[in-house]
Amino acid sequence: MTLWQEYLQPTSLSEAIQDLKSAPDPVLLVAGGTDVLLELKQGHLSPVHTLIDLSNIPELCAVEERGDTFFIGAAVPINRLMSHPGVIKHAQALVDACHMMAGPQVRNTATLGGNVAHALPAADGTITLLALDAQVQIASSAGLRMIPFSELFLGPGKSSLDKKTEIITGFFLPLNKPGQASCFKRIMRPQGVALPILNCAVWIHREDDSIHDVRIAVGPGGPKPFRATNAEKFLTGKQKQGENLAEAVRELIAQAQFRTSPLRATADYRKHVVSGVFSETFEEAWKRAA
Amino acid sequence: MKKMINLTVNNRDYSLPVIPGETLAALLRQRLHLTGTKIGCDEAECGACTVLVDGEAILSCVYPAVRADGKTVITVEGLAEQIKGAYKLHPIQEAFVEHGAVQCGFCIPGQIMTAFALLKRNPDPLIEEVRFALKDTLCRCGSYPMIEKAVLAAARTLRTGEPLRLPEIQESIHHKAMIGHKHLRPDAVEKVTGKAIFTDDLHFDGMLFAAVRRAMIPHGILKHLDTSEAQNLEGVHAVLTAEDIPGEQNHGLVISDWPALIGVGQRVRYVGDAIAIVAAETPEIAKQAVSLIEAEFELLPVISNPVHALEPDVPQIHESGNLLKHIKVRKGDVEQGFADADIVLEDIFYTQTTDHAFMEPECSIAVPKDDDRLEIYVGSQIPYQDRNQVARVLGWDEKRVRIVGQKMGGGFGGKEDIAGQIHAAMLANVTKRPVKLLYDRHESLVAHPKRHATQIKVKIGAKKDGRIVAVETELFGDTGAYASLGEKVMTRATTHSAGPYDVPFVKGDCYAMYTNNPPAGAFRGFGVTQSVFAIESMIDMLAEKLKMDPIHLRKMNALHVGSITNTGQELTDSVGLLECLERVEKEIHKNASNPFTSKVDPEKPHFVRAWGIAAAYKNTGLGGGAPDFSHAEIELYKDGSFEIRSSAAELGQGLVTVMQMIASEELSVPADQVRVRVMDTDLTPDGGPTTASRQTYITGNASRLATLKLRGMIEEFLGDKYDFAASQIEFIEGKVIAKGQSWTFAEIAKEMLADGQKPIALYRYEAPQTQPLGTGGNMHFAYSYGVQAAEVEVNTNTGEVAVLKVISANDVGMAINPLGLQGQVEGGVMMGLGHALTEEFIVEEGHVITDRLARYRIPGIMLTPEITSIIVEHPAADGPYGAKGVGEISSIPTTPAITNAIYNAVGVRIHKTPVDQELIAKALWEH
Ligand SMILES: Cc1cc2nc3c(=O)[nH]c(=O)nc-3n(C[C@H](O)[C@H](O)[C@H](O)COP(=O)(O)OP(=O)(O)OC[C@H]3O[C@@H](n4cnc5c(N)ncnc54)[C@H](O)[C@@H]3O)c2cc1C
Ligand code: FES
Ligand code: FES
Repeated sequence: MTLWQEYLQPTSLSEAIQDLKSAPDPVLLVAGGTDVLLELKQGHLSPVHTLIDLSNIPELCAVEERGDTFFIGAAVPINRLMSHPGVIKHAQALVDACHMMAGPQVRNTATLGGNVAHALPAADGTITLLALDAQVQIASSAGLRMIPFSELFLGPGKSSLDKKTEIITGFFLPLNKPGQASCFKRIMRPQGVALPILNCAVWIHREDDSIHDVRIAVGPGGPKPFRATNAEKFLTGKQKQGENLAEAVRELIAQAQFRTSPLRATADYRKHVVSGVFSETFEEAWKRAA
Repeated sequence: MKKMINLTVNNRDYSLPVIPGETLAALLRQRLHLTGTKIGCDEAECGACTVLVDGEAILSCVYPAVRADGKTVITVEGLAEQIKGAYKLHPIQEAFVEHGAVQCGFCIPGQIMTAFALLKRNPDPLIEEVRFALKDTLCRCGSYPMIEKAVLAAARTLRTGEPLRLPEIQESIHHKAMIGHKHLRPDAVEKVTGKAIFTDDLHFDGMLFAAVRRAMIPHGILKHLDTSEAQNLEGVHAVLTAEDIPGEQNHGLVISDWPALIGVGQRVRYVGDAIAIVAAETPEIAKQAVSLIEAEFELLPVISNPVHALEPDVPQIHESGNLLKHIKVRKGDVEQGFADADIVLEDIFYTQTTDHAFMEPECSIAVPKDDDRLEIYVGSQIPYQDRNQVARVLGWDEKRVRIVGQKMGGGFGGKEDIAGQIHAAMLANVTKRPVKLLYDRHESLVAHPKRHATQIKVKIGAKKDGRIVAVETELFGDTGAYASLGEKVMTRATTHSAGPYDVPFVKGDCYAMYTNNPPAGAFRGFGVTQSVFAIESMIDMLAEKLKMDPIHLRKMNALHVGSITNTGQELTDSVGLLECLERVEKEIHKNASNPFTSKVDPEKPHFVRAWGIAAAYKNTGLGGGAPDFSHAEIELYKDGSFEIRSSAAELGQGLVTVMQMIASEELSVPADQVRVRVMDTDLTPDGGPTTASRQTYITGNASRLATLKLRGMIEEFLGDKYDFAASQIEFIEGKVIAKGQSWTFAEIAKEMLADGQKPIALYRYEAPQTQPLGTGGNMHFAYSYGVQAAEVEVNTNTGEVAVLKVISANDVGMAINPLGLQGQVEGGVMMGLGHALTEEFIVEEGHVITDRLARYRIPGIMLTPEITSIIVEHPAADGPYGAKGVGEISSIPTTPAITNAIYNAVGVRIHKTPVDQELIAKALWEH
């Protein structure tokens, strides 16, 4: 029961796309391998013929400003993001999230691409990128295409990616402008799996004491990564006041589909704690935006 | 695709053919024999397999080996420099040794490599940064405080070139020349360099690999078993079933009720029951063969909890019924006690099943020998019992089996029962080849005995002034599918269930029940961890009702010299409970006034803090009338060195250090002149089981008395030969001196041997006689006492609980090795904290849910509170130098100290462990 027969290490995107097409099936992409290898070892995935390693492809390992956007390659190890000046400047929430994910050894190989491609509704990187209004760039033999982040997800564990032909190359984020900032926080449970009970990312654009624009993502708030668009709409243009934030929370709870996850948290608990997590995340982002 | 992997490991270049599916850990361990890199989980959870690849710490168990092509790898073996055969340790390694951070040692390579990567990147880390870096590198011995200090000390030395800062360790108030002073473990250096060999690190020529087909159904009859496909798989050498058992089918520590293999037509009692075993050329083939074995079962209703098991008309799991034992404790007429009481409280508490989660999963290797014998290499807490159990199943005389005990990566009670020993032996016997049976973490979690889950009802009666007059308890213990040590564990739970108090009227009833859950057996705390949670919660509830200070209430009722215990034993000496309470009280008041009332953080009003306290006692030794003995043997060699031997087990707790210190103390020789050999049924005499905190006491005494016997022999020999009186002979600084003449031990050995005398002494130490429960008199020959106070911070929004500080006072009689003791105390707190907050082994309808380390959480370094250890030393009359047990007491009061603190902080009483933050939050928002 050899978990894989061939391990390919393409050094360019085109080579990877070609490998994906021509390598004997079953084929799987691997970035950090911190999900895939466990799934193979534990029998959640059947042994494959080919693993295609994405970690040596320069296009997927870039982190840089590109025009009026900031690009983060899908295969950049999480630990590099934590200390990258550009990420610190343009995506503080992502720095927060990266600090909380796993331990240093896992972060030295795990990637955002892998975090997102798994399509879990509460993956920390996913929730953060959602609030940061990322665009996803996807490569295939047909070329590159770009989709809004939320269109990547169809349901729990299901992405719109065509696993047989497509590779995520990276994420494009808007550049951070004065008055804008973001933050990420989460609540864990000391027992059981290391999936957050609740996580939350907030991006805001503040003008003095009023909320010029805001984006709020919460996980798990439904089968797909959830954006609290109603709460966002409510807050936009409002003063930052206790009542307004409280009303935003009510909007959020009404729109979200909080569920009970056995052995992890009840829907009631999530509805209760979301208020605190949201306001702490919001406050921190607000402070940063000053 | 690449055909070769070219990589540099520890400054050496290798070019190796690619093996499909290979991880870097496998390449390092199996192809390069760099076995310092450990596998604790094989699922990216524990950090034991950490190595550096191009300067960055990664987990080699989930790192494909081919990925290391063209890269530079450093493993723990690459840190120390070897200069003329001697090691020059890297400062991190030296710091781990000096600070006592090494206990069982299994996690240590991972800790050191993670720390090494940190210090390369950040030479001057803050304590928070050290914790952040070591966040996911787990240590079940709980060495975190020492690891932290070691890393900071090493960082300073690396930065400044100054000598390493050493820890300040308080010596024993009763110290002697060596005993009672800080002493380094003799095995620490090999553990920090990766040279220490654990069972899975061993390789034998022609070795086969075993795997077990487990029933994976909780209750049923095996109807049909087909192994033909597995037999035919290429590379398979043997597939054995119950029909192939040559001797007795069952094994078991006290009761032989556990079939080595379940046969067709027989009953499966839990998911881990074995139905077939395989030996094959590789572990992969063995696993594949197992998956080809077909089995059919007739499913039976599942008994999933002990209360249900006692109900009438439920299926009976064993022929003897579902009741393993009804245990009774009676002291006076409890009804009379309640009638005298001014106040009576009653409540019910629940504790969860927990897993030992020792970092080293079980491994056994059986090796057939030419003389028709079998050697079994295994990390076992009871080598002689292993020998007996293996021999019985093989139908052999037990002398044909030799257990060669290996270093253990933790045991905590979980390596007392048979794991793979019998299966490996059966397969080796049939194939005539060495056979290794290594459990992965999943199998370890599913198969081995756990801590008993309990339901405990407590009724307590007291006078207005706080004097406790009556305690009645009713316990149900879930012993799972097989007895293991269930009766003993639940007996301890019951006898200790009224707490460490002098109570005139006590009644305890316990029902130790068979269920279809994984078996439960020994686990550090041995039942008392459970009952102390119930009684110590009640004591705090009583204090509140009486508006009394909880320490004052405990002091008022505390056991003292002259008290009669619940089982009718008069305590005649060594009862340090009051001193523990007083010293903890003093220490808390240094930290806070009104410690037991809640304090709101003015900056963050939803964070509330308070202290909580709990007290406990725990027997040392088997007690209850069981003969409790140990043998030790000491030999003087021609080169002047000594070897002291006993089959007692070293699981990381430090027994080997204690034996070495005792021999060197009594002979006045430097410690490095004394070797210690343990755990070998051919070469070491029976030291009895390593359980019940008994080894320092029992084998410590045996070691001391064997050494004194040898000393006497030497005195007699010299006296006879040179005509001295024994009183004229002195042992000073490695020499023997009499009337101006002096001998080295090498000279003495040669003279004695020349004279036909073997300088070797064997001593059988028998502990003071004890009485069975219910007969009155001394049920145990010694007790240790402990008090802990914990400060918690509760987030009132989320219910999250953080333990900030713990003060732990333990009356251990005498601190033989204060450094080792510190490790036991801090590790005990960490294990207790896990029991309170993070650990829950979940079984649903007999199926194990927490079957991976990712689902079963043990505390990491981030949860480590600031721990203050207070050593109380009321010598035990018969203990070696006054010492008694420490291994368990240090972890027993932690849970109720934490849950009482939670109550004091937010007014939510915890009735069930582990603490559920959701429950706290809910209680607060519904309030
Ligand atoms: C101990 C531990 C702790 C963890 N803690 C957290 C945590 O706190 N929060 C959290 O969110 N997650 C956590 N995880 C989960 C996981 O490690 C992360 O989600 C990680 O980011 C996955 O990245 P990877 O590169 O290792 O993914 P991989 O395992 O390499 O891949 C995951 C999946 O994504 C696909 N994939 C990868 N890259 C691409 C790409 N560029 N294009 C298309 N498909 C791709 C793969 O085919 C695979 O299906 C943890 C895991 C472990 C082992
Ligand atoms: S063995 Fe690799 S993390 Fe546990
Ligand atoms: S020393 Fe860390 S697990 Fe034992």
